Amino acid sequence: MSILGTRVLRTEDPRFLTTGGVYTEDVVDDRLAGACHVFFARSPVAHARIEAIDVSAAREAPGVIAVFTGADLAELPEIKPGALFNQQMTRRILATDKVRFVGEPVAVVVTEQAYQGEDAVELVDIDYAVLPAVVDFAEAASDKVLLYEEAGTNVAANFGDASALDEHLFDECEVVTTRTILNQRVAPAPMETRAAAAAWGEDGRVTAWIPNQGAQGTQGGLARLLGLKPEQVHIITPDVGGAFGAKFGADPEHALVAWVARQLGRPARWTETRYENLVAMTHGRAQWQTVTIGGKRDGTVLAYRLEIIQDSGAHVRLGAMLPFLTILMTPGPYEIPKAEAVAKSVVTNTTPIGAYRGAGRPEASAALERAMDLFAAEIGADPAEVRRRNLLPPFTEPHRTKFGALYDTGDYAAALDKALAAAGYDELRKEQAERRARGDTVAMGIGLASYVEITGMGDGEESPPQENATVEVHPDGTATILTGTSPHGQGHATAWAMLASEELGIPVDKITLKWGDTDLVPEGGGTGGSRSLQHGGSAVRQASQELIEIARERAASELEASAADLRFDVERSAFEVVGDPDASVPLAGLAEEERLVVRTVFTAPGATFPFGSHVAVVDVDTETGKVVLRRIVTVDDAGFVLNPLLAEGQRHGGIAQGAAQAFVEEVVYDADGNPLTASFADYPFLSATEVPSFELADMQTLTSYNPLGVKGIGEAGSIGATPAVQNAVVDALSHLGIRHIDMPASPQRVWQAIQAAKGNA
Amino acid sequence: MQVELTVNGRQRSDEVEPRLLLVHYLREVCGLRAANVGCDTTSCGACTVLLNGTSVKSCTVLTVQANGQQVTTAEGLAVKGAGEEGGELHPVQAAFRQEHGLQCGFCTPGMVMATVGLLSENPHPTEAEVREGLEGNFCRCTGYHNIVRAVLAAAEAERTGTSA
Amino acid sequence: MIPAPFDYVAAESAAHALDLLDSFGEDAKLLAGGHSLLPMMKLRLAAPSVLIDIGRLTELTGIRAEGDELVIGAATPHATLAASDLVRADAPLLAHSASQVGDPQIRHRGTIGGSLAHADPAADLPMALVALGGSVDLLGQGGTRNVPADDLFAGFFETSLDPGELIAAVRVPRRPGIPWGYQKFVRRANDWAIVGVAAVDGRIALANMGSTPLRASAAEQALAGGAGPAEAAELAAEGTEPGQDVHADRDYRRHLARVLTRRALEHRT
Repeated sequence: MSILGTRVLRTEDPRFLTTGGVYTEDVVDDRLAGACHVFFARSPVAHARIEAIDVSAAREAPGVIAVFTGADLAELPEIKPGALFNQQMTRRILATDKVRFVGEPVAVVVTEQAYQGEDAVELVDIDYAVLPAVVDFAEAASDKVLLYEEAGTNVAANFGDASALDEHLFDECEVVTTRTILNQRVAPAPMETRAAAAAWGEDGRVTAWIPNQGAQGTQGGLARLLGLKPEQVHIITPDVGGAFGAKFGADPEHALVAWVARQLGRPARWTETRYENLVAMTHGRAQWQTVTIGGKRDGTVLAYRLEIIQDSGAHVRLGAMLPFLTILMTPGPYEIPKAEAVAKSVVTNTTPIGAYRGAGRPEASAALERAMDLFAAEIGADPAEVRRRNLLPPFTEPHRTKFGALYDTGDYAAALDKALAAAGYDELRKEQAERRARGDTVAMGIGLASYVEITGMGDGEESPPQENATVEVHPDGTATILTGTSPHGQGHATAWAMLASEELGIPVDKITLKWGDTDLVPEGGGTGGSRSLQHGGSAVRQASQELIEIARERAASELEASAADLRFDVERSAFEVVGDPDASVPLAGLAEEERLVVRTVFTAPGATFPFGSHVAVVDVDTETGKVVLRRIVTVDDAGFVLNPLLAEGQRHGGIAQGAAQAFVEEVVYDADGNPLTASFADYPFLSATEVPSFELADMQTLTSYNPLGVKGIGEAGSIGATPAVQNAVVDALSHLGIRHIDMPASPQRVWQAIQAAKGNA
Repeated sequence: MQVELTVNGRQRSDEVEPRLLLVHYLREVCGLRAANVGCDTTSCGACTVLLNGTSVKSCTVLTVQANGQQVTTAEGLAVKGAGEEGGELHPVQAAFRQEHGLQCGFCTPGMVMATVGLLSENPHPTEAEVREGLEGNFCRCTGYHNIVRAVLAAAEAERTGTSA
Repeated sequence: MIPAPFDYVAAESAAHALDLLDSFGEDAKLLAGGHSLLPMMKLRLAAPSVLIDIGRLTELTGIRAEGDELVIGAATPHATLAASDLVRADAPLLAHSASQVGDPQIRHRGTIGGSLAHADPAADLPMALVALGGSVDLLGQGGTRNVPADDLFAGFFETSLDPGELIAAVRVPRRPGIPWGYQKFVRRANDWAIVGVAAVDGRIALANMGSTPLRASAAEQALAGGAGPAEAAELAAEGTEPGQDVHADRDYRRHLARVLTRRALEHRT
């Protein structure tokens, strides 16, 4: 009986439920005995020259060991943006001459006890000469107020050539509609904030405990920030309390904790407050999108253009690069004869933008699905019909789009039909019609989204994606797996154990997974971009199979038979001579004289493309603008489902975050760059009362790219839910003539749209 | 100040500063680190424990306010082997495992304690009452779906006298 | 985020608390449930040098009927108030209001006295007390004085308590069976009201439409003159000075006040 595809409960859970996870702040280790505590003084203004920093009062505060500023860090390397970006947009690990966003770290305060830190930070006295701040990205693109004078512009990068756009793109269209829409800034806000603990050894290496999404990437990042060689850095990954794309690599704060530890000759630790997390952890999304869509009155889409301004925030980080992925996924699951896209990333006096669940792809789907509905509204057609008419027909051989993406397998119409059937679409439309006829003040909306997304990317077709795994069987019948992935809630300890168990016949609860320690696992791609199962899981399966073959040779020798006469009985986890079950040797026995261990690398042919359709049902109180999400029904097809329990959990989490962006969450700045949503009281973080239970339909279209047939599920839910919910809100009010409402559909925004529509009536 | 608290059934006597938050007392002084700090504004509930049997956010209780009182944390909840990894799970903990009501685990101890509190006051909640009852506990990973299932399963197990 | 350092004293009685307030002066604050004060101190928006704990004084707890009033100890937690059979029968608007504060954990600690003393114009209980036409018993060195809710809130987070006074008890009229309505408009559970309305027996109180809870006097007068809920509610925003923030601008708040007042007058919750 195969364990694959079954609902195996997580082996991680008993520990989490009883003594709790051990997150970075919880770590107790001899190497950290006597650790000092690190705190940061951060800029309270969005854009200013630093005139003077006076740390004398802070130095005298109780328990203060040291206070450092940028001047003390002159020997550390400058931080440069990636090669694609304006190379003048450099910065230093601590702001020295200028601050560019509220929350940018300016000084480091180190105390004996944790409770002394805030008291001392308050005494750091910094003189700022305030400069005008630019928050609006279109205004930033005008270059009137520059963040980096040497750069001469706020444009960090261009993608595509705006001057080469085809002015005849829509010539054949009977109907064309265009709109500029906002994909607003949101905060990843994992429940665990950022943290670090560091201790230097006699050997000149630093051991750093940092919550991350890939220890190897964090090792490289930390080394670069400190001008060290990666071998000098040993990263240990404790339990990680969520990441959602914002815990890749290393931030200045992580590096400074390590620097302080070396400077003071004693271990150092840091945990940020939620305020710091909401202003200094990277934010997500933040694109202005001009969508233009045209086609025939019969619903055939002929042309689509997407023009993007990406807010990069004050520094050029991962977010500035994401338009590349948005553009890659421009046409989504549709067959659009002519499509083009361009983007530019601009810096603004706000928190830098990084990756956030979906990282560039939700933006593509949100734009495209809004455009499809705008087109449907323009021609007076049902949005489901318009989608069905334009979806790519099913394919099992890879299909390359004009944007260069090579979709592996897909059946988009089946996903749409399945979602509509599960939702009872026709009944919903009937209910809506009845309520409209009655003139209900609570309007009902039905929103759709069909999407395809890219997972397991690697570095492109020249450098195909891969992951390593090491599997070892021990004489006592247990096994250990080393993986290059980096779970932070996804359940790899259980899932990888299932994969190994399937091959080795060792029970799941006797298999231990290790990850995130760069001394133990020096190479790995981490966990992000929904890559882990397809690459990391495939590697575990492959290593287990290779181990069986090595074991087979040993068994042959031990049983004095030829390998061809042996059969591995998974049920008993033993080799036996075919036809003579008593002539057998257990797998674990073959590890007694010599270690039974295999390291392998699984290489995938390329990225895979999960897809699906979401249907959202909302009620909108037209008197107050309040949106209630009644139902969300989804098909999220990511190929074979290894563990339905875990896959559903990933879908639920993604759907919730996607829905949250559509109608609840937003990061808000005032015109001076002051953050107005920098606490969980102000940032409308989704709570249990805003979402219903979700309805998930099952569909599994396997990929041929790995033996398991799996694609990536982690981000798919968030990609479909955002446009489905946004479209539902607009649909609820379409009878009032409303064609679009920007996200989030907050009560005020919805009410204002209703008032504007009345004004136009 | 000298304070005497009973934590997970054990009486303790400690010298603390008045501003020491109960959550930090539990974590740093008692070494019970299941309760986590997730916010600055009494919003997220990751620090939830029971104070004299009712759920409170321990980040907004001063240790000195709890002087002479009883605190129960997630570590103290397991039926057998309380405080030990893998001790027999309390029915609420068992239900969370059964329903996959946790992913990264950071909100979990607080969520479990809030659930214990909720069910002690409303043993048979509806789904809506569960969601409202957990409005003070944030989760970023699960979308709340399986957490709600876990609470309802724990309530049902209690009602029928079976385990979840 | 943790508070700045302070000293702490557990008062042994209400009289003792008053003596302590006197001796420590204006740098001392009273602490009951701490769920209005401690969040401010953790954000360092308040930094008293001494906290005087009155949270466990039994003389400040308890709910009893006294003639045509309910008398509620100031240190009564919201959860206790919300669950009280007596309050739910005789002043159900108050019980409901208490059940809407924050979340369950907050309701186990926060007290009615603390909430009223905090005087947040967006909070539930100040609005409820104004709607009910209740009052508070203030205890000072000179004895007790009773202040009606309409005179209790002096400004933004400011009461009319004299220094050295504490709220000992809250009084509300007993009106079993009188219909009431309560509307708390939030973007997300656990939030303070963007706008709130409580209406009972011809009185209408508004939350977050000014620097204190306000009476919707023009609407009340219309009601008294025989207008129905919809007509009276049109005047709900008159005389108000709503602020603006990330959730709502002034126009939207005024609109919400009208809509929610109509719904409260229709006895909806």
